[in-house]
Amino acid sequence: MSLSEFYYMIIIPMLGISVILVFIRFIKGPSLADRVIALDMLILISIGIIAVYSVVFNQSTFLDIAMLFSLIAFLSTAAYAYYIEQRQRK
Amino acid sequence: MKEYIIMILSFLGALFILSSSIGILRKPDVYLRINITGKASTLGIGLLLLSSGLFFNEVSVGTRITATIIFVFLTISIGGHMLARAAYFTKTPTWEKTKLDELAGHYDYETHELRSEIPRKAPELNNETKN
Repeated sequence: MSLSEFYYMIIIPMLGISVILVFIRFIKGPSLADRVIALDMLILISIGIIAVYSVVFNQSTFLDIAMLFSLIAFLSTAAYAYYIEQRQRK
Repeated sequence: MKEYIIMILSFLGALFILSSSIGILRKPDVYLRINITGKASTLGIGLLLLSSGLFFNEVSVGTRITATIIFVFLTISIGGHMLARAAYFTKTPTWEKTKLDELAGHYDYETHELRSEIPRKAPELNNETKN
């Protein structure tokens, strides 16, 4: 079994199943903090998917976008946490 | 030989991400879910990025991957802490089987400061008597 076959048969379905599971929590989530943490987790899994695709297509340029996504994940989580905390204060 | 190492590393990373996503669906509480994201997913992301870095085997890719891994390791814990603090201030209900809340009474809900001692109600009474 070659490397691209292994990635197509095993790794990408595992990551896809985990995206679906986190998205169920994103829809169900009883509070706003649940949805924010599910969104954070979705961006993190997409970093993993980008790393896998850069190996499959043999292009290392995709990893720049993975670095960008990690920046966006931290910024969105910090902004949402600040917003949730300040919304309560009147 | 190199292919097998890449396969093992990426399989372990995908397994950790899958287990953490199962945990984020099954855990009963906001704080436990934040705990899940901080622990398992950092290891999963790190192993997946490490496997792709081992595949390319260049210096430019290696620096990018090291920067990404260090940044993810630093920021996930900070973001999780900020989010748990915000969830505690908005009084998100904990799991009904949680028995101990050690932060109860230590936070000032108006100035958002953390005190080390639980304040007494005595100063307010003194002000009322002065007036």
